[in-house]
Amino acid sequence: MTETNPLTEANPFTETKPLYDVLVIGGGNAALCAALSASECGANVLVLEAAPSDFRGGNSRHTRNMRCMSESYGEEEYWTDLLRVTGGQTDECLARIAIRSSAESPVWMKLHGVRFQAALGGTLHLDRTNKFFLGGGKALMNSYYEAACARGIRVLYNAEVVALNMDCGVFKSATALVNGIRTEFRAKSVVFAAGGYEANIEWLKEAWGEAADNFLIRGTPFNNGRVLKLLLDGGVEPVGDPKQCHAVAIDARAPKFDGGIVTRLDCLPLGIVVNREGVRFYDEGEDLWPKRYAIWGRLVAGQPGQIAWSIIDSKVVGRFIPSVFPPITADSICELASQLGLPSDILETTVERFNAAVMPGHFDHNVLDDCRTADLTPPKSHWAQAIDKPPFLAYPLRPGITFTYLGVKVNDSANIVMRDGTSGRNIFAAGELMAGNILGKGYLAGFGMTIGTVFGRIAGRQAALAAK
Amino acid sequence: MTICNSCRYCEGFCAVFPAMERRLVFSEADLNYLANLCHNCTECFYACQYAPPHEFAVNVPKALAEIRMNSYRKYCWPGMIRGGWAASGLAILFVALALAFTRRTSGGDFYAAVPHGVMVSLFGAMGALVLAFWSLGLVRFWKEDPARPPLHAAALLDALRDVLKLSNLSSHGAGCTYPNQRQSQARRIFHHFTFYGFLLCFASTCVAAVYDNFFGWKAPYAYLSVPVLLGAMGGIGLIVGPIGLLALKMRRDPRIVDPQQDGMDLSLIGLLLANGVTGLALMALRATPAMSPLLAIHLGFVSTLFVTLPCGKFVHGIFRSAALLRNALERRDSDQRENRRHR
Repeated sequence: MTETNPLTEANPFTETKPLYDVLVIGGGNAALCAALSASECGANVLVLEAAPSDFRGGNSRHTRNMRCMSESYGEEEYWTDLLRVTGGQTDECLARIAIRSSAESPVWMKLHGVRFQAALGGTLHLDRTNKFFLGGGKALMNSYYEAACARGIRVLYNAEVVALNMDCGVFKSATALVNGIRTEFRAKSVVFAAGGYEANIEWLKEAWGEAADNFLIRGTPFNNGRVLKLLLDGGVEPVGDPKQCHAVAIDARAPKFDGGIVTRLDCLPLGIVVNREGVRFYDEGEDLWPKRYAIWGRLVAGQPGQIAWSIIDSKVVGRFIPSVFPPITADSICELASQLGLPSDILETTVERFNAAVMPGHFDHNVLDDCRTADLTPPKSHWAQAIDKPPFLAYPLRPGITFTYLGVKVNDSANIVMRDGTSGRNIFAAGELMAGNILGKGYLAGFGMTIGTVFGRIAGRQAALAAK
Repeated sequence: MTICNSCRYCEGFCAVFPAMERRLVFSEADLNYLANLCHNCTECFYACQYAPPHEFAVNVPKALAEIRMNSYRKYCWPGMIRGGWAASGLAILFVALALAFTRRTSGGDFYAAVPHGVMVSLFGAMGALVLAFWSLGLVRFWKEDPARPPLHAAALLDALRDVLKLSNLSSHGAGCTYPNQRQSQARRIFHHFTFYGFLLCFASTCVAAVYDNFFGWKAPYAYLSVPVLLGAMGGIGLIVGPIGLLALKMRRDPRIVDPQQDGMDLSLIGLLLANGVTGLALMALRATPAMSPLLAIHLGFVSTLFVTLPCGKFVHGIFRSAALLRNALERRDSDQRENRRHR
């Protein structure tokens, strides 16, 4: 098949290189790992990134670490952790590939310019299991793009793929809007690494209804799921719960997209959380915060107006990393309620009842302490302290969507599996697009980057082989 | 700053971010301290997920550069000369004056052209004034922060090492992202040429003063004598360094530039270069009739440099060193507290 693009002559890329060995669709961690690996295997690689260069890197630009197996964090412990968070919704074979390969991945990453640093302040609990990128995920992506440039890998920005030409599990070409111009790119094989659909509010509404209008997206607005949809429509076997997403409670004043890490709120277990009606709706002290923060997105999404407020008093200030937005403060609960637009009598009653139910105990926010409530519904099982020391502080909460679980099924070569059970001969997938194979539910800090790196590299190598 | 303090991804880059995290609120004194601690390596700009065009538009290097400029204005008495034209005017004036007052000779004896007493008293006085102005600025910087920890030797050594090695520009050996996103040691190397070139020239002058005052050995000294060797090496440093820094400066990323500082920066680069070039030329041609006009021109540039030392770009080194010292004190202080807590 020759070029079908009427504007070919205006586009130097289709003119000079009509056929690439490997086409990589996406521009995040998995995509660049695939591109670099394919190039290492001698392939001629083109990367199509939907974002402009300033926003390249997908959600990887917001990450900061990667979970790595090591001498102090062995395969079985890693596997047990994964089993616990996913509740068994994982493919053990693929999971163990990711876990085992994570041990030597940092060596390869360093070869491509990635630098590491000690665990960041406030994240010491991850020091043993996770390796932190110096400067965070955007610095990591900068290193990879620099390495790609040095290897002669061509990267096109503002290049969103809008159509695929696949026939019986064989990829032929992809059509992208490059700066708005429809351009067809042919390649001998393809790696899809274009992320999930969490930035597509319309799609989120299929599961959440109109409530999704009030969701904030923590990461890139470019993960609109277009490529995922093209693949599923093209007969690829889906994997992962199509309705579920990873959602945490973030500051309601965060931007709609790309708010990233600074919009998180860690103060929830230190106080109470109330909804628009001024009442509590869940046990804020159920378990240690790192194990529970990811349920609060769903909890807030279930409240009227998809909004809630974390209310604390001055006793606990300084015990959590502050949000980028200032707290709303007042000298009395009544005044706080009026500032928040909550029914003040109900909020006062909520706080009074809570304070009355607090049992004496030894407060320690680093462990499951013995400060709990008695005869209160819902209870607060730990870190329950009376909210009685003014000024009182409140942070508004909304669901912040991190990623979606729906993806495409792959085998241990990162080969896409078609709905009829055959594997796409020259079609591979990596990153969030296939993470649902391994992470069917829940989340393990830094594991997304592990999947992206390991399967990005596998997909790149296999795609280069398939192109030969 | 609030964004940085809740993100913290950059804390491994340099001394600024850990220092930021030791504070929850930022007084003006804190900001001035952080701004002077920043070496403007710009790594945090390229690594920042919130850098423009993100709507948060975080640009730490540029923000700190602007604060830094204001802090110079606050600390330096009687003020800062910022325009390149002002320094150029001064240089022309001083060179012209020196040419007018220098006797024409056939070469060889510097003091036949400019009397020894004039040279010593003129530059002695200027040097004393420079030291006085710097001290005033330093005192103002140091007193601004009410919570200053007491000085001690270990921290002084830390700070000295940071100054001499420019450790905050090395980014763990990979080099900083200057003049663009690619990591490079170029800026650090050219700054070393300039810095050590300047020090060598200073050392040469000191040795010559000792020769003159204690041994009665009069200049000019032999080509292989200590003052001439030091001066020649220093002169080469002051040529290579400023040219390199200028070349990098021309290519730097406009997004991190505070344009109001260009005049000040270029003045210092130009003056150091002029001192290096004229100093070496003077050494090479000292036995010819060109010596006396060259000496005049050289002394004209030296005087201009002296005059701008307390009110030009040169003060960055003074306040940066002081900030590094405060940082070393703070770091040791918080390490100690950390250790006590663990015990």
